[in-house]
Amino acid sequence: MTNSIQELQDADLVFVIGSNMTEAHPIVSYYVKRAAKKGATVIVNDPRRTDLCRWASHYVQLASGSDIAYINGLINEIFKNGWADEEFLKEHTENPDEIRAWVQDYPVERASEICGVPVEQMKEIARLLGTSKSASVCYTLGITEHICGTDNVKTLANLQMVLGNLGKRSAGLNPLRGQNNVQGACDMGALPNVFHNYQSVTDPNAVAKMEQAWGVSGLSDRAGYKMPTMLRKARDGGTKILYCIGDNTVQSEPNIAHTIKELEALELFIVVDIFPNLTTPYAHVVFPDYSWGEEEGTFTNTERRVNRVRAALKAPGGARPSWWVLQELGKRLGFDLGFTSAKAVYEDMRRTATSYAGITYERLDVAGLQWPCPTLEHPGTRFLHKDGNFSRGKGLFSKTDWVPPAEVVDEEYPLVLSTGRRLWHYHTGTQTRNSVGLETLFPEELIEMNPADAEPLGIKSGDMVRATSRRGEVMLRAWVNERSNPGLCWMAFHFAEACGNQLTIDAFDPVTETAEYKVCAIRVEKVADAEVPMKGLCRQARP
Amino acid sequence: MSDCLILDGEAVTFQPGQTVLEVARQNGIKIPALCYHRKTGPAGRCRVCVVEVEGQAGLPTSCNLMAKDGMVVHTCTERVLEVRRSVVNLMLANGEHNCISCEQNGRCELQDAAYQLGIEIPAFTITGPKAEIDDSSEMVVLDRRKCIQCGRCIAACNNVVVNEVLGMGQRGFESKIVCDLDRPMADSTCVQCGECVQICPVGALIEKKAVGKGRSWEMDTVDTTCPYCGVGCQMTLHVDTDANRIVRVTGREVEPNDGMLCVKGRFGYEFPSSPNRLTQPLIRKNGELEPVSWEEALDFTAERIAKIVKEHGPDVFSAFGSGRITNENNYAIAKFTRAVIKTNNVDHCART
Repeated sequence: MTNSIQELQDADLVFVIGSNMTEAHPIVSYYVKRAAKKGATVIVNDPRRTDLCRWASHYVQLASGSDIAYINGLINEIFKNGWADEEFLKEHTENPDEIRAWVQDYPVERASEICGVPVEQMKEIARLLGTSKSASVCYTLGITEHICGTDNVKTLANLQMVLGNLGKRSAGLNPLRGQNNVQGACDMGALPNVFHNYQSVTDPNAVAKMEQAWGVSGLSDRAGYKMPTMLRKARDGGTKILYCIGDNTVQSEPNIAHTIKELEALELFIVVDIFPNLTTPYAHVVFPDYSWGEEEGTFTNTERRVNRVRAALKAPGGARPSWWVLQELGKRLGFDLGFTSAKAVYEDMRRTATSYAGITYERLDVAGLQWPCPTLEHPGTRFLHKDGNFSRGKGLFSKTDWVPPAEVVDEEYPLVLSTGRRLWHYHTGTQTRNSVGLETLFPEELIEMNPADAEPLGIKSGDMVRATSRRGEVMLRAWVNERSNPGLCWMAFHFAEACGNQLTIDAFDPVTETAEYKVCAIRVEKVADAEVPMKGLCRQARP
Repeated sequence: MSDCLILDGEAVTFQPGQTVLEVARQNGIKIPALCYHRKTGPAGRCRVCVVEVEGQAGLPTSCNLMAKDGMVVHTCTERVLEVRRSVVNLMLANGEHNCISCEQNGRCELQDAAYQLGIEIPAFTITGPKAEIDDSSEMVVLDRRKCIQCGRCIAACNNVVVNEVLGMGQRGFESKIVCDLDRPMADSTCVQCGECVQICPVGALIEKKAVGKGRSWEMDTVDTTCPYCGVGCQMTLHVDTDANRIVRVTGREVEPNDGMLCVKGRFGYEFPSSPNRLTQPLIRKNGELEPVSWEEALDFTAERIAKIVKEHGPDVFSAFGSGRITNENNYAIAKFTRAVIKTNNVDHCART
């Protein structure tokens, strides 16, 4: 996030796109709802009528995978009516004339045809954005989990730069990161192209710096493979060893059947985890890990705030922390990594990470700190790009064009499936389904369907159905409601027994290799009438 | 220059916009206030926080009395204490407050007020309609017998987390906290975030799963960060160290969550203690994963890695860090991959 979570409650306008925040980020939604109560304009843009719509002033129901056309149409309209922040464009961006020209291809009429949003509504949304004092854009995986995910994000950045909504309070471009430490994993260099603190592995200076700091020679200066490539290469022998910590790969990657074939091709598959899951059966070695609650350390949240995590429980006797296992393996492979405690690992990282240099365990005992925090006296950074000063100098607009999703519906597979997360569960369910009561609140996966699609198939809530894509099938019960667009079905990936990833497509964004979890084509057939009435399962529906 | 008022004979300064209650608390003066909470603001309902102000008729409630320059305030005159005693006595009489078995015992604001005012046995007996307990929901018990109708939970549900479920139903003696239009909590639109539990001053809203699992003062407390989404809510774990289990979770009133949590953060805490945990290293032997010692598992793994990397080069090694593990463990796997194996094939689920 360029800005901080609490700033959202003071926003004039919150533009939410591809984010089901009341379920996936409830605390963020509390602040957005507060803003709505104080009179802020809240615009929810989503193929699904998410719960936040109850508080929103506007709901824009756009077609899955049409974001670029929609946003470019809005930018076109903003320029056309003179609502762009010309001063910001002149002072803080490099190529304002280019964006002006690019969006000429997206008059609202054409955009409307692609995204399915009425022209009048598009004009209204553009006016609200263009005339608002400031606007905060919040997005989640509804934006990134597409084959055009990178361009989706760039288009939103274009929008905010055109409106001059960066570098100030209660504005900005705010991705809500899905997991407790996905920000931290990036910061720590668990990425193939950068060391920790985003130091490029292809920069000879960074390589030399890390060789010296770590006391090694011969660090690779070629970017490594991204996750889908690592897995794909398993099948042709390019990947022989996979060391996997805290990642239930089988259940969380798209196209489960395909993922299993990839893992089966490995010569050595090492899994470090806290529970047996769908992935452990394919391992050659399993190391029992420490869990949250047993381990010391830090997480970095979506607003770049580094927070302490502390041990409250004794871990099971046979478990060991991940860093300890790596230290022991390093020793056996002839290298002392110097990992003697979680704090020692952190300090090893901190001495070569300028953004984290001022953040120590001692300071975190008082309160969390937001990076960049370069010195021990630095108070941390609430929002990035203050006064429009970007890290690269001036903001650069990128050209983006709408492309259809990788798989579109046809006669055989006439419905779109989108996937996501439910309030009551988290990811592959290993944590929430091993906690008391959450399973009772939401005990099984349900496929959500619009009545317009369900009725012709004779499907009503609670009926057992079979959902089939070109990659697999799942049997589960239907939940007929009006949250989804007609033509759109939805399910989560929390339940191993009926997991959306049996169906999802392994098509990826070419830059980030993020999979298109949000669009694939399926068909749904009724198998049996409901045995158990649906009462009690619809708590989150709120039609 | 900030303004000044006289508080129990002492001149104290304050910032414009502060209430007398805030100024008093800032200066270490304890005034019980059962309906006021920083997050829900002044309500002026419970009338326990009354004070005496020179030149002002009656006893105003300090939670919604703005401090004024030159004001002379007395917080513990006999007149003030007598009113507070009456109010607390009425609250005690108007419910079934049984500290012996109450979950809130030791952290109850009504109990504390009664203690401060020296009330041993309630002075009155009131026979009102029988209040009901709503224990229909999975996580929260609403025990209306102990409710003092301060309204904090309603304000929190509607204005703090804005889930807009709780309200005050009926009138007069029949008044009660209701979910939606008086439905059992389990059948209401409640999302079980538990903000009402955290903000309730008494034992009327409690965590169902914590009942009978230990007194608040017996618990060790550990501050940590929520393990679920990317918001990074700050929380306190209340731990029964002997039993090695988390008994309850409360939100910390700091950034980013200001005490608020969601159903997963507040109630999804048992997984570390699950009997399903992996508890020993396993190696595949003859097609089956079999338990082995750490020595054997580490030796086997290191030898296999060394052999395969020697034969095929470092780039056949790949590693996944994770968006769920700590920064330390992500750094550890990144450093291991780069410094020990000499490849940059390390990634994690940020792409997915």
